[in-house]
Amino acid sequence: MWASWQAEAIKMVRRPGTWLLLTVAVVLSLVFTYLAPYAAYADGSGGVLSDRALDALLPDRLVGNSIGGLPVFIGAIALILAVLTVGAEYAWGTWKTLLTQGPSRLAVYLGKLLVLAAATLVLVLTLFAVGALASLLIAVAESQPVHWPAVGDLALGIGSGWLISMVWAGFGVLLAVLLRGVALPIGLGLVWLLAVQNLLAAVAAPILDWVAELQKGLPGPNAGALAAAFGAGSDTPGVAAVVGGGQAAVVLAGYLLGFVLLAGAYLHRRDIL
Amino acid sequence: MTETLSRPIVPGAGPPHPVETSGLTKRYGDLVAVDSLDLTVRTGEVYGFLGPNGAGKTSTLRMLLGLVRPSAGAVRLFGRPPGAPGQLDRVGALIEGPACYPYLSGWDNLRVLARLTGTPPIRIRTVLEMVDLADRAGDRYASYSLGMKQRLGVAAALLKDPRLLILDEPTNGLDPAGMADMRALIRRLAAAGCTVLLSSHLLGEVQQICDRVGVVSRGRLVAESTVAELRGTAGVRVLAEPLDGAEERVRALLGPDRVRVVDGGLDLSVDPDRAAWLNTELVGAGVAVRELRPLERDLEQVFFELTGGGAGHVG
Repeated sequence: MWASWQAEAIKMVRRPGTWLLLTVAVVLSLVFTYLAPYAAYADGSGGVLSDRALDALLPDRLVGNSIGGLPVFIGAIALILAVLTVGAEYAWGTWKTLLTQGPSRLAVYLGKLLVLAAATLVLVLTLFAVGALASLLIAVAESQPVHWPAVGDLALGIGSGWLISMVWAGFGVLLAVLLRGVALPIGLGLVWLLAVQNLLAAVAAPILDWVAELQKGLPGPNAGALAAAFGAGSDTPGVAAVVGGGQAAVVLAGYLLGFVLLAGAYLHRRDIL
Repeated sequence: MTETLSRPIVPGAGPPHPVETSGLTKRYGDLVAVDSLDLTVRTGEVYGFLGPNGAGKTSTLRMLLGLVRPSAGAVRLFGRPPGAPGQLDRVGALIEGPACYPYLSGWDNLRVLARLTGTPPIRIRTVLEMVDLADRAGDRYASYSLGMKQRLGVAAALLKDPRLLILDEPTNGLDPAGMADMRALIRRLAAAGCTVLLSSHLLGEVQQICDRVGVVSRGRLVAESTVAELRGTAGVRVLAEPLDGAEERVRALLGPDRVRVVDGGLDLSVDPDRAAWLNTELVGAGVAVRELRPLERDLEQVFFELTGGGAGHVG
């Protein structure tokens, strides 16, 4: 498994798409979490909400700001990364190249999961680092006191962000194995993440009680609830406290386990064509 | 020639063969891609695996390597079933063309595979030199020609210094010089003790380098023998004047079923050792014999006779 992790790490680090996705995630996070709100504050277009807007950009809100994008748009980045990691082996026909070298399917699969876990951790840490820098610059520019979150809160926030991103990565892995490719898994994954979740939350849940209840068991709303528990703004897409943070973490862990076990079972059983 | 009944693989009965299958079967729904295939490849030989498109060759090779699960029957490589620990430790394979990561260089593609198997990096240069790709090893795989990709695929198969090499159409995309190089490489590997299972459409290639040949048609092994035995000696070719007189005489001597008029001559189903006797008889009957030689079949002819000249169902 260690050997498989090393091999997967070479592939991921040398793949230009990996760095492009990380860059896109950082840019999205910076623009929509810090730059756009700060620009609105700076030119006064935030009106009476301006002071509250500035508070939301300061270092003590780092945890919520850093994981607020993960339930939807940065989660989509994690999903795409996972589909590329697993689905490209089908698209390029490289499963046979890997497996005829001798490692078991399980070893290769675990290597991929480990490298995805490392990549999503790097993604989350980068979001925190960039967020910390941005909030510090804003605090200095606006002569505001700099109060950082407690170390325990930071650690819990990073862990929660990692869990959310791994759930979406696990979803991507499952789609890639089931659909044996790249394009369709990414397409369907994004449709779920960006369209279906929003339709359920914004259209169906307000008018159907059972959909509102169903929301409490779906991965997206639970990811949003976990982010909300760490102070992510409720105006952030996908962030809403539909359940408590603890329950959300348990549900997400269940989804992650389910996704990777199901994908592993399919990979183990099916022919490599 | 092949057996018609599947025989069990008996563990412990002598050293295990590099490749052994018994009753190997693969069904895709109603389609039978491989049908009760019994195949044995012996240590140190170059075994040619022939068959038309869709005859079941690649499905068989995929089952040998554990990529595809058999519907029935057994597979053993060096006595070990697919999925057994270490089953592919000394097995190299190139199945249905090369497949590598397009954004990595040839060198990095091999580095990934070497990491996977714990192969020392020094071996990468060795195999790249073996396939004559060392000069372009730093270029991205996506920029390679088909022939270069094929060479890299073979290099990947050689990475573990295999005792068994399974090659599916290894000369695809190579120019004539590259094909000759590949044949020479296979001969060198065989001479060094590597067993080679070679699937190919190129009958001339198989004829040149294979010790034994198995012919598969519609998922079944229809012949298994040495190339020489398979080609056999079909009879005697006679060119004589007058042809009518010669035909009348040999029909009387051999019987009408053993004489065919082909392209202005006679093809006779008779042992070539009897050529001198035939000559004497024909000359004695007043026939002038211009040519009398053993009639050999080439492998292509045998192949078409065995396979009916058509494709099977699924590849």
